[in-house]
Amino acid sequence: MKRVYVNENRCLGCHLCEYWCAFANSGEDSIVKAFKLNREAMPRINVEDSGEIHFAVQCRHCNDTPCVKACITGALSVDNDGLVSIDTERCVGCYTCVLTCPYGCIVIDEKNGGKTVTKCELCVKNAGNEPWCVKQCINGAIVFEDRTNAERQAVL
Amino acid sequence: MSVNYIPATFAVLRDTDRCIKCRACERQCSNEVHYYDADFDKMFVHEEQCVDCQRCVTICPTNALKITENPNSFRKASNYSQQLILENYRQAATGAVLLSSMGNPQDFPVYWDKMLINASQVTNPSIDPLREPMETKVFLGKKHTHITRNPDGTIDMSEQSPQLELKYPIMFSAMSYGSISYNAHESLARAATELGTFYNTGEGGLHQDFYQYKTNTIVQVASGRFGVSKDYLDAGAAIEIKMGQGAKPGIGGHLPGKKVSDDVSKTRMIPKGTDAISPAPHHDIYSIEDLRQLIFSLKEATDYKKPVIVKIAAVHNVAAIASGIARSGADILVIDGFRGGTGAAPTRIRDNVGIPIELALASVDQRLRDEQIRNEISIVAAGSIRSSSDAVKAFALGADALYIATPALLAIGCHLCRSCHGAKCNWGIATQRPDLVKRLNPDIAYKRLVNLVRAWDHEIKEMMGGMGINSLEALKGNRLMLRGIGLSDKELQILGIMHAGE
Repeated sequence: MKRVYVNENRCLGCHLCEYWCAFANSGEDSIVKAFKLNREAMPRINVEDSGEIHFAVQCRHCNDTPCVKACITGALSVDNDGLVSIDTERCVGCYTCVLTCPYGCIVIDEKNGGKTVTKCELCVKNAGNEPWCVKQCINGAIVFEDRTNAERQAVL
Repeated sequence: MSVNYIPATFAVLRDTDRCIKCRACERQCSNEVHYYDADFDKMFVHEEQCVDCQRCVTICPTNALKITENPNSFRKASNYSQQLILENYRQAATGAVLLSSMGNPQDFPVYWDKMLINASQVTNPSIDPLREPMETKVFLGKKHTHITRNPDGTIDMSEQSPQLELKYPIMFSAMSYGSISYNAHESLARAATELGTFYNTGEGGLHQDFYQYKTNTIVQVASGRFGVSKDYLDAGAAIEIKMGQGAKPGIGGHLPGKKVSDDVSKTRMIPKGTDAISPAPHHDIYSIEDLRQLIFSLKEATDYKKPVIVKIAAVHNVAAIASGIARSGADILVIDGFRGGTGAAPTRIRDNVGIPIELALASVDQRLRDEQIRNEISIVAAGSIRSSSDAVKAFALGADALYIATPALLAIGCHLCRSCHGAKCNWGIATQRPDLVKRLNPDIAYKRLVNLVRAWDHEIKEMMGGMGINSLEALKGNRLMLRGIGLSDKELQILGIMHAGE
């Protein structure tokens, strides 16, 4: 399955991916609306900064999926390809997944007072095709590629 | 503190209806123009720090930003422009020489724009480059006047002078590692390799990582001799002696200490953080005979296997100088016109010293032909070749190949803000700050360079085809293909062309 990967040597820490991610998942037809109308614009990707190191972090859709195992209501699930997605109708906001995710990729949805969590679903439920963080990265740092398990291990 | 006489040069206009306060502009501006105020929950600007590099405008996700000239204006006078007034203020405040970057922006005539290209009609057919073979390959170096044959009838190549083979007639001019970044150099090196042409190290030596591109590298030896060693000379397909640069004839280079990073200091073999100042002359060259000595020293050091290039700035008596160089043993002559770019030059010199490449090229080609030594040396024209049509005109005036640098930088993101000497290039080109250098992704940039040269080559072939010419060799020095427009008799005479309508 194609997944999103980030090359930290190229990531500039501009944080634009966060904004495009939030827009892509906002349901609005423009990024201005997504933020100006203050609807549910929450990014599922976060850029970690430390000095000159910047690294965009979002769900790895990893093989052992500790978040899915930990989910007490079955809101988190993994499909046959390995895509981990969330059914917010079922989420009760217990944050067990937040505790178990080794990458810190489960995002508490502050727009609804933290009642549920949200996460990267590779834009399959919104725009489709290419994830927006990849499409909008200004330095080609975020890529959408099909890599083997060995290649993925090398990155992790 | 006293009153600062200098107002902001640019105005930064923000459409607050669109701005979503993502602060990308703030994070990406090395001049620290944009900032967020939490009390107002609004973005503000220090517009006096803006250099109009357009980085923020380009990355703004909502197109909320525009940069324009500051409409504030001093009282108009044709004699004292606002620019001149400001420059005097600046010098009064600092006591320093004014520095500038990139090519001469003053309103001098651009002769490329006063020449028109011919096309075939009826009597000689034009050629469609997409359907018929078309040759833009070039060999640079001395050409023999006589062919000698071996006993078996084959041509004797043993006395052939070394040649540079260019798949495209365009090379990337000298830009030193130091004046431009590691990633910019990598992009140029990879693009030249993929294209089958050459890039030039400039006077700053060659980073160890780039020795792998040696078959497409021209190594430069300038008056500062930075980074010159036997390995360095061996790492080039040709060696260029830089006698002068179009942007600053008569003076040496000046790399500000803040651009001399660890790696730059290692490559240049100079202490970190010190200004790298190359002397105005080569201290061992005071005559054509001295130049000949250096040329043959370099040839001796490299087994006579590599062509030696001599680069000079276009100055008043350029034709006579070129004649001397053609007799000095050099294989290739580069003439750099006064609108050529630079990473830093004194403003007054950049804007007032030297002559246009069009006139210099025409007079040098004519002089060498008159003296019957044109075959002794190939001519490379440089210094503001801005497009493929400039290129075609340059070939018709007698150039064998061209150097481009400003268009190459444009290809990788330069917005010609002319602030290279500030060393804070927001596009990761003219800087050594690691966080800024990172912004230039060589994987993307080298492809853009390749695209640019290929696009120009397509256009050159289209124009050649239109003239009924299918080989660059037949266009070189073919001045009948050019006509002047709006030029005086004297200008036409120097360019060696007729006026439109003649």
